[in-house]
Amino acid sequence: MHPIRKKRLIIVLFLMAGIAIAVGLTTYALRQNINLFYDPTQIAAGEAPTDVRIRAGGMVEEGSIQRESDSLKVQFRVTDYSASVPVQYDGILPDLFAEGQGVVAMGRLNSEGLFVADQVLAKHDENYMPPEVAESLERAEKSRADAEKAAQSASY
Amino acid sequence: MYPELGQLALILALLLAVLLSVVPLVGALTGRDSLQAFARPLASGMFVFTGLAFAILAHAFLVDDFSVAYVANNSNSMLPWYYKFSAVWGGHEGSLLLWALMLSGWTLAVTIFSRKLPSVMISQVLSVLGMIAVGFFLFVIITSNPFDRLLPNIPADGRDLNPLLQDIGLIMHPPMLYMGYVGFSVAFAFAIAALINGRLDAAWARWSRPWTTVAWAFLTVGIALGSWWAYYELGWGGWWFWDPVENASLLPWLSGTALMHSLAVTEKRGVFKSWTVLLAIVSFALSLLGTFLVRSGVLTSVHAFASDPERGSFLLMLLGITVVASLVLYAFRAPVVHVRSRYGSLSREVFLLFNNVLLVSATALVGIGTLYPLVLDYLEMGKLSIGEPFFNTTFSPLAVATGLLLGVGIFSRWKKTDGGWLARKLLWPLALSTAITAAVMIGYGGFTPWAFLGVFAAVWVTVATFWDLWDKSSSRNGRLYGLRRQSRSYWGMVLGHLGVAMVMAGATIVSNYGIERDVRMQPGDSAMVGDYRIVFTDIGQREGPNYTSEYGSFDVYLDGKQVSELHPEKRNYTVGMSMMTEADIDAGLFRDVFVAIGERISDEAWAIRVQYKPLVRWLWLGALVMALGGFLAIADKRYRIRVSKEKEAKVIQPDASGKTAEVTS
Repeated sequence: MHPIRKKRLIIVLFLMAGIAIAVGLTTYALRQNINLFYDPTQIAAGEAPTDVRIRAGGMVEEGSIQRESDSLKVQFRVTDYSASVPVQYDGILPDLFAEGQGVVAMGRLNSEGLFVADQVLAKHDENYMPPEVAESLERAEKSRADAEKAAQSASY
Repeated sequence: MYPELGQLALILALLLAVLLSVVPLVGALTGRDSLQAFARPLASGMFVFTGLAFAILAHAFLVDDFSVAYVANNSNSMLPWYYKFSAVWGGHEGSLLLWALMLSGWTLAVTIFSRKLPSVMISQVLSVLGMIAVGFFLFVIITSNPFDRLLPNIPADGRDLNPLLQDIGLIMHPPMLYMGYVGFSVAFAFAIAALINGRLDAAWARWSRPWTTVAWAFLTVGIALGSWWAYYELGWGGWWFWDPVENASLLPWLSGTALMHSLAVTEKRGVFKSWTVLLAIVSFALSLLGTFLVRSGVLTSVHAFASDPERGSFLLMLLGITVVASLVLYAFRAPVVHVRSRYGSLSREVFLLFNNVLLVSATALVGIGTLYPLVLDYLEMGKLSIGEPFFNTTFSPLAVATGLLLGVGIFSRWKKTDGGWLARKLLWPLALSTAITAAVMIGYGGFTPWAFLGVFAAVWVTVATFWDLWDKSSSRNGRLYGLRRQSRSYWGMVLGHLGVAMVMAGATIVSNYGIERDVRMQPGDSAMVGDYRIVFTDIGQREGPNYTSEYGSFDVYLDGKQVSELHPEKRNYTVGMSMMTEADIDAGLFRDVFVAIGERISDEAWAIRVQYKPLVRWLWLGALVMALGGFLAIADKRYRIRVSKEKEAKVIQPDASGKTAEVTS
């Protein structure tokens, strides 16, 4: 083979190898690190996988925050007003974390149905609602309305 | 009255931009000098009117003119004057006006610093910049007018600037970042102009190189400022979150870094031309993408305060037009370019090619991780997020590989490097780097493969850079003479690479050896973090100008001796009723001790975060060193002195050994 062509071929092969490695790494890493979002209704219905890192979100249920007296462990319930999920967290909660506020938690669901969070996000604006939470609330609202309608029509 | 004048100034600036985008271009295409001569006055006029609009908006903020909706939404009469001023770009409308101001500023700079360029070229460059300006002025005027009035119901006071933005880091971060984003528009304009008239040569590369470098330097500072701000204000001590908004600024930085290096090859050796043009287009497109992501409201983050779908689609349209038009032009014109130079498989050209491959892969990776969730969401295929682990596992190997390659590349020669010579050359630096890395590992007391690789890459880059400097500066007239004889662009490269090494070292050390503890404390308690003992002495109420705060006091001890006293706060901003955590940091060159107050757990006890952050400052210092290198490089003589035709042909920079020579142009 012509030496210049050979050199070009080597460079191209190197590039291809590099790209292949990059693509491989990316897909591998993507598969490991995609965090799907589930709302409380889905989790209560058992749709969410256990022991996989997922995101869950909703409103912090009124009167559900319980702190341990000797550590930073805290437990609260996240609700979409149709179902609620207990969440456990060990650490500092964000400034705007409060009852009745929208939050998104990252963590794993254990076999007892307790969501063990390693990260809790709330927003720096009291009017802000995480979009996933807003949508899941809407969905829950709608399904409740549908259920009521069904109940009404059934009673006729 | 004034706000209407501001509006008028904006419209005039738009009209001038329209003229600028047409008249000089027609002049250049038809060869009419009289039309080309309009380019400079039009560009200056555009800057004057944009500046006027900006000044009027700033004035409205400083005099608390709450009849202007944007002022009422983003300011308050209780704000100190400097925050009133920085509030000009604290929201959506004003920050786009700042974008437009920067763009017309860069355009003006091109007219000033490119007097020696051929008139045809400069007319085309300015016209392209004019077209971009038209897009942004339209965007500001149609969708995001900062001068909209709240009449007749003028609010008594403003809604206050988001407390997160009431900070020195945020006064400077957006202007720096925008200088970088918008700066790439100049490199883009040069590339488009070169495509239009088919002159993709070394001269083109030399013209666009300083513009790219300076834009890159500003972007580097902007990103570093953002990271620094997040560290002390937002992040509870984190310095990079792989948040889509951060990634949006990293994308053009990565491709811009690739562009700088490929421009170097194009200038020195006349190869990689099509590739360089493509990178210039991509870098600017990524800057636009960054603006789109941050400003359209597709992302929810601290940056996206007000979102409006109309704005998003307008920006997406601008981005689409830019990308499609420039790629079509590229498709038609790029193949015209022929390459004549040859280079060996171990030449500096090839090393820089690999540098580009790695940087572009990194850009692609970050791009995929950032956009994939957005695209899926848009297609309604599910909501997911891609977290830090994805970026950490994929980005780190690329960063390490880039560092390792950089060290080898420094020793390589243009055209051809002898393999055996290179291997012998690398032996001692490699041994030295391994020894230093081992010492660092022992010093920090703990070995992990990633920590070793990261530190090794940083040390390797440093050693190779200094080794090369030592080689190059040897001279019969003494070392000092040899050092002084090096060009500013060489010193720029040295600083740039040392900055990269500092960032790598800082990132690796703080990620692997940093300690972070959340503890429950009440006054009188103490907690250990690393070798430091933190004693919680007191907490009480305090009044600030526009907030009240819980003011904590902590003493920091090392080996029984007090080293500092820290006062983190929990602030409640009265106007917006928002809570803010103000951490306090004992900063040092080699370590930070960080204390932040979390929520109150009981009457007595608080959640407290204490952190030990080794070498964290190196991240931002390294970025500053990089940027300094960039500014030094553009101060190089060859950009200022007009090189005559005869000199251009001559060999300018024989290196120390005299074995090879670099030929400019």
